[in-house]
Amino acid sequence: MPEVTPDGGQGAATLDVMPAQEKTAPAPRPADRTPDWPEVQLHIVTGKGGTGKTTVAAALALALAARGKSVLLCEVEGRQGIAQLFDVPPLPYEERLLARGTTGSGDVYALSIDAESALLEYLDMYYRLGRAGKALDRFGVVEFATTIAPGVRDVLLTGKVYEAANRNRRNKGARHYDAIVLDAPPTGRIAQFLTVNNELAGLAKVGPIKAQADTVTTLLRSPRTAIHLVTVLEEMPVQETGDGIKELSGGGLPVGGVIVNMVRPQDLDAEERQELLDDTVDRGALVTSLDKIGIPAEDELVDALLEEGRHHAERRRLEDTQRALIDALEVPSYELPLLPGGVDLGGLYELAAALTEGGLA
Amino acid sequence: MSPGKAAKATTHQSSRASARIGPLVAAHDPALVLDVDALLDDPNRNVIVCCGSGGVGKTTTSASLALRAAERGRKVVVLTIDPARRLAQSMGIEALDNIPRPVPGVVSTGSTGGRPGGSLDAMMLDMKRTFDEVVQGQASPEKAAQILENPFYIAVSSSFAGTQEYMAMEKLGQLDKDARKTGRWDLIIVDTPPSRSALDFLDAPERLSSFLDGRFMKLLLMPARGPARLMTAGFGMVTNAITKIIGAQVLTDMKSFVAAFDTLFGGFRQRAQRTFELLQDSRTAFLVIAAPEPDALREAAYFVERLRQERMPLAGLVVNRASSNPPGDLSANAAMTGVEKLRTSGEDHGLAAGLLRLHADRKIVVEREKRLTRRFATSHPDVPTAVLPALSTDVHDLEGLRRIGDLLGAQVDHGSRRASTP
Repeated sequence: MPEVTPDGGQGAATLDVMPAQEKTAPAPRPADRTPDWPEVQLHIVTGKGGTGKTTVAAALALALAARGKSVLLCEVEGRQGIAQLFDVPPLPYEERLLARGTTGSGDVYALSIDAESALLEYLDMYYRLGRAGKALDRFGVVEFATTIAPGVRDVLLTGKVYEAANRNRRNKGARHYDAIVLDAPPTGRIAQFLTVNNELAGLAKVGPIKAQADTVTTLLRSPRTAIHLVTVLEEMPVQETGDGIKELSGGGLPVGGVIVNMVRPQDLDAEERQELLDDTVDRGALVTSLDKIGIPAEDELVDALLEEGRHHAERRRLEDTQRALIDALEVPSYELPLLPGGVDLGGLYELAAALTEGGLA
Repeated sequence: MSPGKAAKATTHQSSRASARIGPLVAAHDPALVLDVDALLDDPNRNVIVCCGSGGVGKTTTSASLALRAAERGRKVVVLTIDPARRLAQSMGIEALDNIPRPVPGVVSTGSTGGRPGGSLDAMMLDMKRTFDEVVQGQASPEKAAQILENPFYIAVSSSFAGTQEYMAMEKLGQLDKDARKTGRWDLIIVDTPPSRSALDFLDAPERLSSFLDGRFMKLLLMPARGPARLMTAGFGMVTNAITKIIGAQVLTDMKSFVAAFDTLFGGFRQRAQRTFELLQDSRTAFLVIAAPEPDALREAAYFVERLRQERMPLAGLVVNRASSNPPGDLSANAAMTGVEKLRTSGEDHGLAAGLLRLHADRKIVVEREKRLTRRFATSHPDVPTAVLPALSTDVHDLEGLRRIGDLLGAQVDHGSRRASTP
């Protein structure tokens, strides 16, 4: 929203003094059922724009943490969606504690990965390029590599995710995570984002970059990774989900589940919906019901309620068509309810609970 | 302002923390209403750019505007980036061939307002082909062939960060040139790519020039340009580091690409500059598309402020998919109380309870969306806005597009303030 935020304008300058941003809240209670993806360490969450990808990634991180896991939630597009969702100042290139359960040992750390920082960190970690690293920056190589050179940006971003998933001695004192959730680029770009390592490896046929790209690709294709696709029950997002799954499996990437977000409330049964669509509703009975509870059943209100009901029934019919298409994709699917009040922190915990119950986490 | 300076400051995420530009206190005036038909009918308006974050219905809105403009008598071409398959089918642009083709079924008799004689062409952007054509148009055949075969070029043209954005702007420049030369079109409507950020396409020309102009490129070219007198210790260190990391072969590919591309640099930069100027011209209008959601409106606010900063003509904001307020004054609370009473009555009132619950949810959604749009209007009171209700069915034919066009046109009634064009 356009209101002025307290930190507006300063960005990096205020980061050093930023207090630890922890949210302590009741973590969703783990349901009895065992999660569907016990082997998966890296959960990649993608989805068409507007389907709630970031929300689902955050809810998944919370749900995993509720099982006692230490979770790292990463974003790679510099949109600061996680910070906005949790209502904390913009995230730096540094792992920050975001949420810790009141019971148990689970916690969620957050990290905003940007290509420039990832490149400098990489050079420092692997080549100890203290002075040369700075020279690279001065000669515009860092800018070149991160904004222009084909795919390098994506490789750096996935490379950092890889590093977090495979902490070794080079990164001293770094935290170890049980799970990583990546709020990834949208469905239309996801396969390219994850396979760009191959492309780069194709371009660079030998050398350390190639070796690095190959290791990252190995992780991304292993059973330790699952790519979840978020959709809503509308034609375009569902079609894109299907296309995305095809593209991912075609590229040898492990598809996880489909998360159906913003599912309308199931307040009316099939018979009632059919009556609304056929315009055969017993209007008298409806008026009687309203009278009984002291709501004046004026024509305007009754008409409005029936119209809303018809609209809902129409939408539900479309949703059912789309749901059938999702079922035909033959990947596990999970449904999340539409929250009429919008997604705030409370809503996020509700969604996390729904994911736990559904078995995604 | 040169595109360079402004774009440079906004390429990185840190620049998101730019200052707010707008009124410092809220005014009490109601928000301006966007007069879509006045915008579409304005003969001096030749380019409309639709931008906004992903998933807000940019493509559908662009197509609806294009159809409406055509049926009101304009000669329109719409450049779409990645339309849904059925929408593309209905517009006859399923083949991704970079050529504008007439859309069948357009009715331009002047019967629905406006003038007769309009037409609608549509095309889908082919990013790689556009890039190839630019190269072929700029270089000699031998040189072009040499560039098109270079592995580094192939990678750049298909996965360069921002190629799609750049090529959309390139194509816009070409269409505008064609339109002026042949008179085939008098209005170009452009959909923008689903970028990370809605603003990427504004920065694309600058990014490409900074690539071509970059110090690193100059360094790569230097040995080819004569005595290596600038081969400083720093440069040696840099090339060593690069060779160490990416391998000598990539560096060789890059060098031959840069050498082959060298002569085209000037042309590319000029084109980028011209496109940027076209975007600033008063012949152009920007429409920011959003949904009544915090993320989309935040992106829209950012966009509005950025356009101001670049002195680009903003025509208004379109808020898609708004929930419409159900008539009657039954509040969400009253409806939920009713549901509770029905539940405890012990009788079967399933339908009534269900309808009241739906009503309550709807009221809550409407209230939230209104609050969000109102806040946008408070901080950007001079941005004319159109609010479109969500449709209960998906749009994938001309009839659906026409319906959206009607809703867009129906925003202005005689009672409200009409927005003057920017």
